Amino acid sequence: MTTSPLLDATGVVKTYGAVVALRNASLSVLPGEVHALMGANGAGKSTLVKILTGAIRADAGHILIRGEARDVRSPADARRAGLLPVYQEPSLIPDLDVASNLRLTDTPVEPFRAWVRELGIPDLDIRDTARDIPLAVLRVLDLARALAVEPDVLLLDEMTAALPANLAEKVLEVIRRQGDSGRSVIFISHRFVEISALCDRATVLRDGETVGVVDIEPGVEERIVEMMLGAKVEKTRVAACQASQAASPGDSRPRLGVANLRVGSKLNDVSFDLVNGEVAGVIALEGQGQDELFAALAGSIRPSGGTIEVDGKPVKFAHPADAIRAGIAYVPGDRTEALTMQRSVRENIALPFSAALRNWGPINMAQERSTVVSAIERLQIDTRAQREVQRLSGGNQQKVTIARWIAAEAQTILCFDPTRGIDVGTKQEIYKLLRELADQGKSVLFYTSELEEVQRVCDRVIVIFGGRVVDVFPVELADEPALMRAAYGLPRGAKADVGILADIHSSPVAKP
Amino acid sequence: MTRLVRRQGWVAGLLVLFVVLLVITRLIQPGYGSGDFGSLVRAVLPYAFAVAAQTIVVIAGGIDLSVGAMMALTSVTAASMMDGASEEYALFVVPFVLAMGLVLGAVNGMLIVVTRVPDIVVTLATLFVLQGAALLVLGAPGGAVAEWLRATIVGTVSIPGLPELSAWIPKALVLLVVCLCIIWIPLKRSKLGLSIYAIGSSELAAFRSGVPVARTRIIAYALSGLFAAMGGLALTMSTGIGAPIPGPYLLASVAAVVLGGVALGGGKGGLLGPIVAVFVLRLVRTDLTLLAIDPNVTAIIEGAIMVAVVMFGAFITMRSRQS
Amino acid sequence: MSTTAIQPVPFGRRLKRFMADRPLIPLIILLVILVLVLQILRPGIVNERWLANTVKFAIPLAILAGCQTMTMLTGGIDLSVGTVATMSAFIMATQVVNHDPAVAILIALVPAVLIGLVNGIGVGVFRVHPLIMTLGTSLIGTGCLQVYQRTVIASGAKIPPFLAWLGTGLTYGVPNALLLFVPIAVLIVFTLNRTGFGRLLYAVGDNEGAARLSGVRYWQVITALYVISSVLAGITGLLYIGLIKAPSLSLAEPLVLPSVAAAVIGGTSIFGGRGGYTGTIIGALILTVLTTLLTILQMPEGARRILFGLIVLFVTAAYLRIIEDR
Repeated sequence: MTTSPLLDATGVVKTYGAVVALRNASLSVLPGEVHALMGANGAGKSTLVKILTGAIRADAGHILIRGEARDVRSPADARRAGLLPVYQEPSLIPDLDVASNLRLTDTPVEPFRAWVRELGIPDLDIRDTARDIPLAVLRVLDLARALAVEPDVLLLDEMTAALPANLAEKVLEVIRRQGDSGRSVIFISHRFVEISALCDRATVLRDGETVGVVDIEPGVEERIVEMMLGAKVEKTRVAACQASQAASPGDSRPRLGVANLRVGSKLNDVSFDLVNGEVAGVIALEGQGQDELFAALAGSIRPSGGTIEVDGKPVKFAHPADAIRAGIAYVPGDRTEALTMQRSVRENIALPFSAALRNWGPINMAQERSTVVSAIERLQIDTRAQREVQRLSGGNQQKVTIARWIAAEAQTILCFDPTRGIDVGTKQEIYKLLRELADQGKSVLFYTSELEEVQRVCDRVIVIFGGRVVDVFPVELADEPALMRAAYGLPRGAKADVGILADIHSSPVAKP
Repeated sequence: MTRLVRRQGWVAGLLVLFVVLLVITRLIQPGYGSGDFGSLVRAVLPYAFAVAAQTIVVIAGGIDLSVGAMMALTSVTAASMMDGASEEYALFVVPFVLAMGLVLGAVNGMLIVVTRVPDIVVTLATLFVLQGAALLVLGAPGGAVAEWLRATIVGTVSIPGLPELSAWIPKALVLLVVCLCIIWIPLKRSKLGLSIYAIGSSELAAFRSGVPVARTRIIAYALSGLFAAMGGLALTMSTGIGAPIPGPYLLASVAAVVLGGVALGGGKGGLLGPIVAVFVLRLVRTDLTLLAIDPNVTAIIEGAIMVAVVMFGAFITMRSRQS
Repeated sequence: MSTTAIQPVPFGRRLKRFMADRPLIPLIILLVILVLVLQILRPGIVNERWLANTVKFAIPLAILAGCQTMTMLTGGIDLSVGTVATMSAFIMATQVVNHDPAVAILIALVPAVLIGLVNGIGVGVFRVHPLIMTLGTSLIGTGCLQVYQRTVIASGAKIPPFLAWLGTGLTYGVPNALLLFVPIAVLIVFTLNRTGFGRLLYAVGDNEGAARLSGVRYWQVITALYVISSVLAGITGLLYIGLIKAPSLSLAEPLVLPSVAAAVIGGTSIFGGRGGYTGTIIGALILTVLTTLLTILQMPEGARRILFGLIVLFVTAAYLRIIEDR
């Protein structure tokens, strides 16, 4: 640890309005090391990456490159400073051919070709338009383009996601050699297998703060999992888990039956049932297909295969209105997707009432008012009904998105991470509400990025990894470490030395 | 080879369509000859520049509603400056008007970048402003144009030894090709040209590739203004006067851009397609006239074709976004 | 995550918030100032007759601005209102020669419905930008009108007396046009605030995705909207010809730009989701007074257009700042 770091970021802070994305993040990368950047969903990894690469600017903090303070204002500045990112979404211009993309970034062609061959793509024609190239190859080309300018620090965001095994292997090999040649790599990954095979050290972020820097050695996975979770040991449980026994007596048909559901290349073969009277949890790392699963069930996108049954009858949703008619309501994770921010709470809650053509006429204001007020009271939304939604706190806004469907008496509610970014008190209220709904015989599908919520709310939990259901836990077994391991695709029951275990659910081959 | 076909197939199809239309024209009117072709090109000239102006901003992912108004303003400015002035004075007027177009276009771009108001609203507002400015310059159609300027678009080039061929090359066509090529070819080969395609194709990817997005956008609008100024000059040159009321260039330019294979979302296509498309659209009009269809009905048919083309383009964009 | 604590709000921001909450008060103040300026420039001009005249000319503008308000609430715009108004006026004036006035009016409103339908389908189903779409249909409409003109050129035109009475007449010094305008205005305000359709206009304009998730079918709302807008424009044409009394092929064209400006000044966001009709009415009054003022100052037509264009741009940009500040 005597060599001075190549990149040294300390005390980085970034807030978006009232939301703190980074509280106090730091990252120090030594020459020649492959450094893992880890953290649970929403811990601030991507914000930190954006700051380091000049895509956004930090509110506070110091960034030293080779010991010099550099003001990285734009991606172009970052490039000049020797810092090159490869994002999860390839940043090649889709409508330009590869050669033009190289010219645009002043990338020398011959080294690029050499790297492309090295990375296992022998037959690339650089006159191909980026749009026509399969995603997996495109990501490799993006990497090759970065390597070709020989950057000091290479920033790789989930580099191996969506890569077929043979390409992933070559990529990992190249990254390792990058470290050997004295250059550094910042490696963001959800896969312990890769990290233990590749990295020298890891920086762990939690809630926008750097909580630890560890050397990668056998058995360190448990420590990293602990760090990512924090000291959340107490297991308070709001609801009893006997709900599943109490639920739907005599009704053998599931409320919602999903079989072999596929959406594009993101969701491959998901099957499960949701019965009345239960809260079924869904957990997954970012981008494992959960967004597509919820969107397909809500009628927002059309599945490319598989069947959805409601109360035993097969359905095809062409529009969210179809799903709503079947009693299925979707509460998206991003509140701004669900709310008309400039309108009042009342209008937002009553919006589904006006949707159908036959309800376009005069509104029965008294009746609407009583419905809305009772929904507001039920959810204890701290506001008057006339208030604009955009002036509410995040927690109250989230309550409005749920209140809408309680007022509309939806039978099944799909909640996508409803507690993200809201205060603890409101979270508790939402847990309680979801349990109440289940106890009334309704059914809830509940995706959450906060694993501790599973045991507070759910009756069982479905784990999705790489677009597939990899495990279904009864709630008794679903403590955080177990869930975390499952979410990372590690098999249940393996406690120690996860690093050397083979990645049994190897990444799906990306389809063009 | 297949790549060439795929990339240029649309343009090639348009060219074939154009030739077919020419043949049809010959069938309707057996006397349709080089002189008629010359007047077709002269009629196309202002449209072609309007289309070039629209094409460049659409490729950059925007839209410019002020094209027609910009042409009106530059046209009346040129006509009123040359009114009663000497022939040589026009040598000063032409670069002045072109510079004016460039600057006003850049102002459009800057307003979009600085105010962050959507391009469609900003250019709608500048449409009004430029229209008003044109009315201030010249209250009613009038002004004049230098004789030598008129002469540059009247008649045909003379290639010694090839009278047959040269009769089919009107000077206006040469002027059009030269003006477009002088700007387009170097642009297309430069990094700036790539950047314009890049911001239209994917602003995020362009930003991450280190493209100065704001500056590129301003330049795209400035070039659009330059082309519009050329269109204004062409208008004055062909009519001999300046008219402060914008012609139907806005919708025509959008329709030709769509028909020319430039996606309204941006990032795709080239200049050749829209230019050929505008020839096709004009020739359709000629044919309708030759068929002795009421010119007002012609206007309706033309308008309907344009709206249909724009609807088709929007439909394609929507489909590609969904997939 | 943490939220900001209560802290003193700077005055500028408070003012902005106030303006955003009660756009009517500054608008009325502006209107009064304009009238005062007018009175100072031409002492004695502001009298009962002037008032009635201003209201008379503001009414057609206000109805067309109502079309813009409703379309702008969904993030759209309707530039075909001028053509539609002209068409219905012209067709009515020529048909009334051979038909009963009521029949002539019905015939006159047919093209309005058709254009509205085409606009709605283009915008709602094919997702053409409303500006381009309505501009296109207005070009086609003008072409159709020209063709139509040649077929009726021999029969001549006249204006039914009751339309003239409605357009220009005064009863006890109050313009008769208010008999038409007040019900229309009440209906628009009621529709926007108290009907499901009105709710959907705001919802679709504020956040189309959210409306979709609530089960709203975009194309239905948009198609109905553009038909309504077109019919309103057609009715305006009938009223306007009673006021102008000279059918021409560009009768209502000069009202298009001011109608957009009136809606923007009235506090309706061109981005959708925010605004209302009462503000628009005051906006139309402001523009009418402003036009009188500019005429008195002998400001040419060109300068007026520049001014209107700048108003649209600056109000929109200022609006964006107010929204972003929250």
